[in-house]
Order: sequence, then C-alpha cells, then structure tokens
Amino acid sequence: MRAYTPKNDVQAKSYYSDRFFVKPTLARKAIFNDSILSADCLSLQSKVEVLESYLELDHLVVIVNPEDNVKTISHLKNIRAYDFLVELTAVDYIASRGGFEIVYEMLSTSKRKRIRVKTFILQNDTIETVEPLFRMANWGEREMFDMYGVKVKNHPHLQRILMPHDWHGHPLLKTYPLHGDEAASWYEVDKIFGKEARDIVGPELRDAACVDRYDTERFARLGHEVSKGVDISEGNEPDTPIRYQEEGGVKLFGKRLVTPFDEIETKHLKERK
Amino acid sequence: MQQTNRLTPFFENINFEREDNTMVVNFGPQHPSAHGQLRLMLELQGEEVTKAYPDVGYLHRGIEKMGENMIYNEFLPTTDRMDYIASTSNNYGYALAVEKLLGIEAPRRAEVIRTMLLELNRIISHLFWLATHALDVGAMSIFLYAFREREFAMDLMEDYCGARLTHSAVRIGGVPLDLPNTWIKDLEKFIVNLESQIPIYEGLLTKNRIWRMRLENVGVIPKKMAKSWALSGIALRGSGVKWDLRKEMPYGIYPELDFDIPVSDKCDSYGRYKCYMAEMYECTKILKQLIPMYEESDTQLMAHSPEYISCSKEEMMTQNYSLMQHFVLVTQGMRPPVGEVYVATESPKGELGFYIVSDGSPYPYKLKCRAPSFWHTGLLNDLLPGHQLADVVTIIGNLNIVFGEIDR
Repeated sequence: MRAYTPKNDVQAKSYYSDRFFVKPTLARKAIFNDSILSADCLSLQSKVEVLESYLELDHLVVIVNPEDNVKTISHLKNIRAYDFLVELTAVDYIASRGGFEIVYEMLSTSKRKRIRVKTFILQNDTIETVEPLFRMANWGEREMFDMYGVKVKNHPHLQRILMPHDWHGHPLLKTYPLHGDEAASWYEVDKIFGKEARDIVGPELRDAACVDRYDTERFARLGHEVSKGVDISEGNEPDTPIRYQEEGGVKLFGKRLVTPFDEIETKHLKERK
Repeated sequence: MQQTNRLTPFFENINFEREDNTMVVNFGPQHPSAHGQLRLMLELQGEEVTKAYPDVGYLHRGIEKMGENMIYNEFLPTTDRMDYIASTSNNYGYALAVEKLLGIEAPRRAEVIRTMLLELNRIISHLFWLATHALDVGAMSIFLYAFREREFAMDLMEDYCGARLTHSAVRIGGVPLDLPNTWIKDLEKFIVNLESQIPIYEGLLTKNRIWRMRLENVGVIPKKMAKSWALSGIALRGSGVKWDLRKEMPYGIYPELDFDIPVSDKCDSYGRYKCYMAEMYECTKILKQLIPMYEESDTQLMAHSPEYISCSKEEMMTQNYSLMQHFVLVTQGMRPPVGEVYVATESPKGELGFYIVSDGSPYPYKLKCRAPSFWHTGLLNDLLPGHQLADVVTIIGNLNIVFGEIDR
C-alpha cells in the first residue's frame, strides 16, 4: 500500500520515507498525574462538555466543542485563575479532516501552569470571538483570519493584519505555495503600474540562482565588462582584463614609502593569479 | 479630490482634516522613531491623541510559512531574523522547543555557553533599547555611550561565532563550538567595564529633569490592561506583575543561578526604564556566576542522540555508519515524534514562545512564533488615546518593539 498524501497540500515533502518506519508519538498521560491541572480539568468538565483531555509534556490539553470556546475560556479565566491568553492560532487540517483546529494557549501566573484549549471547526464554519475576555484576541483573531481565512463571529474589526488589505488568498494554508500564487507574483506590478504593464515589466525572477548570460541589465561578467543594457547576444564582448593595483608596485608619494616590488617574492599575488 | 495616480499614494478613504476639528496623522511607516516599519494612524484633537490604529505587516516575510517548508535544522538561522537585536534568544527559544519535542537535553557545557550568550544578548538588547529610546526622547550623548558598550559586547559575540548581529550560535542539541581561549578573560573585562559604565548612564538620565518629565506618568499601563493584552517581559514587570519565566517557570540552568527580578509598580515609562537598568546589573551578576560553572563543566558540546543529532566530526570521519546517519540527517532531516509542543522562554523583549505541531515528518506541520512585540504593538490601540502627540514617540521607544518579530 502506498502512503496517502493529500493532493491539495503543496508544501515541501520529504523525498524519501522508509516504508517500515514507524513514527514515534509523544506520550499522552492521564490528567490525574498532575493534581493542579486535573482539578482545573474536572472543574471545566462540570461546566462544558470536554471531548478529550490529556497531559502532553507538562501541558494540559483540553479539546472542547467549538460553540463552547467562550464559555471555556471565561471559566478558566474567571474561576480557575488562568489570567493570560498567551497565544491564539489555527492549524490547517483541511486536507485530512476538512477544517481547522483552533488553539488557545493559556497561562496561570499564580499556579505557574499552562493549558492548551483546542477546538475543531469545519472549513466554512465560524467561531465566536473571545475578544471581550482578552483584548489580545483582537489581534490574534485578525492574524488567524489573515493567515488561514478563519472567520470570527462578532469580532469588532476583522481585517487583514500582516498581509495587504487587497491580498488574494490566505498564506498559511497548506494549499498556498511557499512562493505565493499567481495573484501574489503580479501583486506589486498591478499595484504600481497597473495590469496593462504586466507584459512590459515581465514576470519576477524568483530563482535566486538563475543567471542569464546575455542579460547585461542585471548581471555583469568579470573580464568582459560592457555598458548596462548592451546587446551581447552575438558575441560582441570585448575583453577587459582585470588589473590589480599591486601589479608593478603600489605608487605612493614620497621616497620613503616606495618599496621596490619583487614579483617573485610576493606570495599573495602568485596565489591570486 | 486627489487625482488617481498609481505611483503616488492615494488616500481616498481618509479625510485628513475633519469638520469636528480633529485631524488624522499618519505616523510612519517611514518614521525614524517608529523603530521599523510601523504605520500608526492617529486621530488628534489638538495635540491630544483620541484614537490610535497601529498598522503592521510592512516587514512580513512569512517566516512561519518558511518554517513549514524547511527541515528543523535548516530553519534555525531564519529565526535570527525575527528579533534581530537579540538573535540568540530566538535561536535558543526554537532550539529548546525542538529539543523538548525530541526529548533530549543539551550537555551542561553547551547549556552554560548558551546562557552566557543569552545574557550577553540581553545586555546588547537593553543597551540598544536605552540608546535608541534616549535618542528619541532627546538625549543624544547617551546614545553614543551605550552604543560603545554594545560594540564591545558584539565583539565578544563575534569572537565566539563570527557574526555580530545574526548569530545562529545555538544548535538543536547544544552549541557547535567551545569558547575561544581568551574569551572568558575578555568577558570578565567586559563585565567590569560595563558595571563601571551603567552608573554613568544612570547619572545622565535617572535624575535628569527633562528625562523625568518626558517619562514619568507617560504610557501608564494598568495591570488589568497588561494582562488583557498578554504583555510579557519588562512591559509586564513594569506594571507590577512579578513574572519572569527564568524564575517562575525555569528552563536550562536558570534554577541554579542566583538573580533578582526587578519589578516596578509605577506602571509608567519611568518605572520600566528603572527595570531595564536594574536588569542589566542582574545580567552581569548571572554572567559572573556562569564563569566558574563553565570551567567546572565537562567538555561535551552536543547531545548524544544518534537518531536526531549528527555525531561529532571525529566519529563522522572514522566510522561508516556515523557518516551515513549524518548524511540522512542533513539531506532528509530529523523526524521528531508526532505531537505538539509549546515552549516559552524569556527573551529580552518578553515571552518568546514556539508552538510546533509535528506529524512525524522532517518538516514541522505547523510552526507558530509567539512574538512578544506583536502584542506590545497591539497594546498601542488602548494605550495611546489620551496622550500627547509628543508622548507617542516616548511610548513606542519605551515598549521596545522590534519589527522583525512583529511581522515575522
């Protein structure tokens, strides 16, 4: 059996995987291994439906229903003393599960514990904002919308934050290639010169290692220097030999500074030649 | 109405001068005291700010996207470009997150060297902050003094890793090199020198009437606002919350070190300035304790974990299977266990966290950098209204925001 790879995932992949390689998994411990966190989790269970809860690397991970996200976070904030919502993000599982996992990372400074609240929404579903509880969610949810296109209900100002406001697509989706899509490659040309200038400006050179031998606009050839933009496709390249200042001795003012130059004795010049 | 011309900016939606005597000012994106590309749209009533809208993203390079398309070791130098004032703190935060995911620990000497570099970086970052902030507020000479000391610290970094700004001096599983021969002596000299210099900076500023007028009661962040905006680092400690991850949720060898956490309950810019100055002393205190720890430690520099970390050069050149494993690790990359990890470290700016979701392949499935400056910039929404326009510069400088990590 060949391993299943999602077709619409255009991210970098490993070129080789051993077919007998079994992926190790991080150990998930039961919540009862940590007394403080298990008390928090049990208190949360009495309030909302907790789908799954476990400890992963000293973190309590709680999975709840998407409609319970505000209730969960307000319970943790107001009753269980988790006073910081540290981070808020989404993970793209569209190819495998058809939606996003929304992750809220919370911190309690009094207990010195961290909780990760996770919830799963389908691709076109919306999620309620937690902005009234934590102001930082204003920017966190904007970034989530910008990067993944996750729509947040009742957000006061749901607009792009990092990308330009008229950008097409959401860059952190797995369907979005690393170098941007078609719209991204013409974005600046369209914006500055207009769509009609696409033919004149031409596509952007994205391959950093690409050197066009006959392009005198952007590249120079050592030893064959011509003016910028000269057509050299028919071989009309003059030789312009490179001269080093040291050849024939460095000429300085005053008698004292002029030292006789011995070409045979100089190691550096020989190496360079 | 302004003519539509694609080559000149066209603000068709913004009325710069309004009927109710308010005015909209575009502060940036090219403003010398915005410390990067920050566009701040301010609504002014006279000289008082009534609304503020920070617009970020001018330096967005898609570092998280790049991280998802690179193997774990490959991404490490990219983290330098986040908080480029103190790049070792980014390297370390990332390396620590991956190490936790892999379940390995760096050897003691590597951990000591890393901590030395981290604290040296903290000094570099704080000196940079002091220099540029004081320059913004109008104190020119302190800029030159602080930058001179920073140069010496950067010389030390250069002696260790060859780079001055983007160090990449930390690897996943340890550090690549031991300290050069005279490095410890140079460090001792630097510490003595710095300790004699900080009182001079304080003498120039702490009781300076202009400095106090510009900073005291400016940019007051109440504790509730600080928590709501998830502030961290000195921005949080300046609001009276004693929270430093090195002390409260320690990592590395910080539990063994003796240092204090300066806290201020003034909540204003002046209180945060005091915290920064006190923290520089704490850094020198930590560095002094690290020197004997370094000398006592064993010489191993990289963790021994053949499935994830390449072996030493000597083994690689003498043993066939070590070379093969190294080849696989370099070309295919390490394959960490399936799972999720969030590791936060205390960078000079605040809580720098890396959230990594691994699906067992050599590329992280999801990599999120929790950059402290991002939230410190978001705070400007709530903090700036009510302040004078001249105080905006003080507040931006005082919050110590770096655009490399805001925009990522």
